[in-house]
Amino acid sequence: MALAFSEKAEVHFKDLVSRYPNTLAALLPALHLAQSEFGWISVEVMDYVARRLELHPTKVLTVATFYSMYNMQPVGKCHVQVCTTLTCALRGGYEILEHLEEVLGVRVGETSADGNYTLSEVECLASCGTAPMFQATFSDGEIEYFENLSAERVDTILADLNKRIATLPNPAEMH
Amino acid sequence: MEERFLSRNFDIPNAHTLAVFEKHGGYQALKRAVTMDGDSIINEVKKSNLRGRGGAGFPCGIKWSFLPKESDVPKYLVINADEGEPGTFKDRYLMELDPHRHIEGCIIAAWALGIRYGYIFVRGEMQHAIRRLEAAVKEAYAKGYLGKNILGKGFDFDLYVHPGGGAYICGEETGLIEGLEGKSGQPRMKPPFPAVVGLFQAPTIVNNVETISAIPFIIEHGGEWFAAMGVEKNGGPKLYGVSGPIKRPGVYEARSGITVRELLEEYGGGMLDGHELKAFIPGGSSCAVLTPDKLDAVMGFETMREAGSSLGTGCVTFMDTNTCMVRVAARLAAFYHHESCGQCTPCREGTGWATKVLDAIEAGRGRPEDLDLLLDMCSNIEGNTICALGDSIAIPVRSYIQVFRSEFDAHIKQGCCPYPAWTKKRLRSSVAA
Repeated sequence: MALAFSEKAEVHFKDLVSRYPNTLAALLPALHLAQSEFGWISVEVMDYVARRLELHPTKVLTVATFYSMYNMQPVGKCHVQVCTTLTCALRGGYEILEHLEEVLGVRVGETSADGNYTLSEVECLASCGTAPMFQATFSDGEIEYFENLSAERVDTILADLNKRIATLPNPAEMH
Repeated sequence: MEERFLSRNFDIPNAHTLAVFEKHGGYQALKRAVTMDGDSIINEVKKSNLRGRGGAGFPCGIKWSFLPKESDVPKYLVINADEGEPGTFKDRYLMELDPHRHIEGCIIAAWALGIRYGYIFVRGEMQHAIRRLEAAVKEAYAKGYLGKNILGKGFDFDLYVHPGGGAYICGEETGLIEGLEGKSGQPRMKPPFPAVVGLFQAPTIVNNVETISAIPFIIEHGGEWFAAMGVEKNGGPKLYGVSGPIKRPGVYEARSGITVRELLEEYGGGMLDGHELKAFIPGGSSCAVLTPDKLDAVMGFETMREAGSSLGTGCVTFMDTNTCMVRVAARLAAFYHHESCGQCTPCREGTGWATKVLDAIEAGRGRPEDLDLLLDMCSNIEGNTICALGDSIAIPVRSYIQVFRSEFDAHIKQGCCPYPAWTKKRLRSSVAA
């Protein structure tokens, strides 16, 4: 089935394009929009974005793969990214990562069998004053920081996240 | 409690909304600015000794005066809100808690410089800051502070919030411009500088968030007042960050001339109980590491240089005596390797090799000649790349070796790391792999 933005996304897309003197400049925000619409950035999605912005698809590929926020493979409904850069490392960021590996039953870089969670490491997210932290990116495009973490707090947060993601689509099935 | 400026709205509920911001004196500076001509404003900013708060510390008024007055094409204001220097977390507070102050600064800059369009380039990850800024921009349009014929002065200025795609290199001003143009964030050769050829090939001013958030205070109180608030050649109040194993990590507005020790003890509450200070980085991971004998150094551009490092962003990272300096160097090298845009060979390859050699030393597989090899790599990277990311790995790695040489030697001699691990299983990040 041919891809198309939802009605709401279409309004957002037109607003984005109107902000710049050329369509290329809208590429980064348009890719964010496409990811929240279609779950992940497949070749099909890149083709669609290229067509909508009147760009060559390789231009979209180059940019989508340069930046870290565009998922070139489907991730779980909730992508948990644990910061392990210096301040977080000094305050237990790696222990949080290990704890998440245990409770989610995945290794870093993997997605849980039920498609709910992907666990990753990430570089500094400017939360050094509230370290350690992880960022959760949801399949509806929402991003939330969880800060001042401890193993106990992670367990409480995960209980909430389980409820929150129950109604979210699985990115792998969004297109 | 000293009077606060940049952070004065941080504790006021809903100060991010226009109504509350205006109730506390918001947009008065803009109303005053539009009664002044552009040159007078630039002069006040020059007199203020405001220096760029993104790390490089370039005098703001001088940067502004580089922007051509006449231009056939629209001029741009670009805000560097791509805060990502490890250890730095101050701009986030300004955007999340006091977005209108920042927008007011943007409008004043645009009025003074004859700028038609502005973009605030925010890290894509900072969705909360993006939403706060977007909501504030919308309110400012509705009130006539943005858009056409602002305050009836026949002055048009449009401001947009632009999310990044996730790349540290976009914190470099020309990498940021590339990113804003929809390309990979690979920095450009300078000259030409952005003031001459910047965004969309047009004259562009790129300023850090905190720099622009300080502008309304300069208009309100005058450049001389602002200069007097600071130290010589570095005017105004400033936000500092303190982080690491300390009691009260966070962002604080502190008087100028404050020392690192005062920041740590008065604001940060000192080290956590049972932790002893071993080293600190004054302003982000690109700065050279310093030892506790430099704690009485003043947080200033010149004073930090004299102490053997740099002020950078003014966000200090403290490390305790349990911290392995080889591991810190390896972890930071991995960060720069991960974030290298890949454009220049010395940086792309050098950051990778430095990471491998540092990892080997940390894992107990180091050879005595590795330290000279690392220093040699640093010299070959530094100064040989288009942007400063290359220098940003060379400077710290060299400093860790020079300041903590005995620790590196001990790893090599004993064939292991003598410090407690950060985890049960893993030595360091797997992100760089």
